[in-house]
Amino acid sequence: MSTVGPPLWLLLELTYRCPLHCVFCYNPTQLAATGAELATDEWLRVLREARALGAVQLGLSGGEPLVREDLETIVAAAHGLGYYINLITSGVGLSEQRIGALKRAGLDHIQLSFQDSTRELNDFLSSTRTFDLKAKVAALIRKYEYPMVLNVVLHRLNIDHVGEILAMAESLGARYVELANTQYYGWAWLNRAHLLPSRAQLARAEQVTREFRARVAGRMDVYFVVPDYYETRPKPCMNGLGSVFLTIAPDGTALPCHAARMLPGLEFPNVRTHQVRAIWYDSAAFNHFRGEAWMKEPCRSCPERQRDFGGCRCQAFLLTGDAANADPVCELSPHHAKVTAAVAAAEQAVAAAGTQVARGTLAPLVFRDHRISIAVEPG
Amino acid sequence: MSAPGADSAGVSAHARPAIARGLRLQWEPAQATHVLLYPEGMVKLNGSAGAILERCDGVRTLAEIVADLERAFATSGLTDDVTAFVALALERRWLELRE
Repeated sequence: MSTVGPPLWLLLELTYRCPLHCVFCYNPTQLAATGAELATDEWLRVLREARALGAVQLGLSGGEPLVREDLETIVAAAHGLGYYINLITSGVGLSEQRIGALKRAGLDHIQLSFQDSTRELNDFLSSTRTFDLKAKVAALIRKYEYPMVLNVVLHRLNIDHVGEILAMAESLGARYVELANTQYYGWAWLNRAHLLPSRAQLARAEQVTREFRARVAGRMDVYFVVPDYYETRPKPCMNGLGSVFLTIAPDGTALPCHAARMLPGLEFPNVRTHQVRAIWYDSAAFNHFRGEAWMKEPCRSCPERQRDFGGCRCQAFLLTGDAANADPVCELSPHHAKVTAAVAAAEQAVAAAGTQVARGTLAPLVFRDHRISIAVEPG
Repeated sequence: MSAPGADSAGVSAHARPAIARGLRLQWEPAQATHVLLYPEGMVKLNGSAGAILERCDGVRTLAEIVADLERAFATSGLTDDVTAFVALALERRWLELRE
């Protein structure tokens, strides 16, 4: 095994609490079953310990991190330690008082997410209050001299409106726009039959994006992330588990990726009982998917294994039942047919029902919700 | 796509480059290197890139930066290399030019 480098990227999921109920949320569907949130001084200890190891990029996420009343304290401490601090927020709760306090505390960057674009897009198209909220927050972000970075999650139900979404981003003064197609974990996995777009939808959206990009060149940068299911090779997920990313979940569970809690057979250590150094370098869970010893064929002998590390362990587990298999997004995977079957089902659903939420034949669309999460079977 | 001030002829010796707003240059002891931090990413800089960028303070002109580097490293003839790197950094929006 090669030498283990430091956890350069630290993501703190400060809370799973969130005012929104997004159908594509990647938070665990059994989120109600997780333990109490870390207290302020525990988060500050995590920041110190991880910084001492070399962590430098810090993401503050959730849930909605603005729900935490100690966010400003956490930001100030992180800034003092030398982190570059990214806040990933829906903007709900971002008042002028709070953005001012966050700026003074040393927050470096804000990514404004259109978390619930199914509802918000409808709101936007009818010019109602959610859009007004985003417009207000976007104006605050510009006023406090942060670059306006907008993230919009795409899926079958909104991807045909990508032109309107981009026009909205432009009207909000966005400098960077990430059009991120939903990937299928957590709540999105439950809702995949409703959310996966068809190939034709994707192609149209990419064409609209290309034309928009040409028009705004030099003023706006637009990124378009294709759903993994339409790829023929997997992404180098997390640059390999345990290589640079460290996520701390609200209850203190340390994870090599924010979705990794689902992986069976791994006992993820908790920062309440373990030092970050021991978690990162010594724990069985973080060492499990390092290197190549865990790989099976076709990855084990694949010339591309050092480029993509076999893809995403969570996707491999969800689709094949074994996290050590090749990510079945890869067309070399013996399980690739599961991906093509999901794509074929999406093609049929779009052909049959268009992009309205399918009724009757499919399970209902499940909005992320604390009460529902109690009912969903773990795993 | 070029940033203003960076054309095919290079960057003016009178330009005053500065680390672009929202980015931060910082020495990382754990990596024993300068890094340039930006939203959700970073670049590890080699020694000469770090030495150039830490002098880009929006006050010194490119000519002054070159002179300072030549003094610090007891050498001469750095103009072309430094100018090329500054032009690249402007193109990547690591740097911006101040009036």
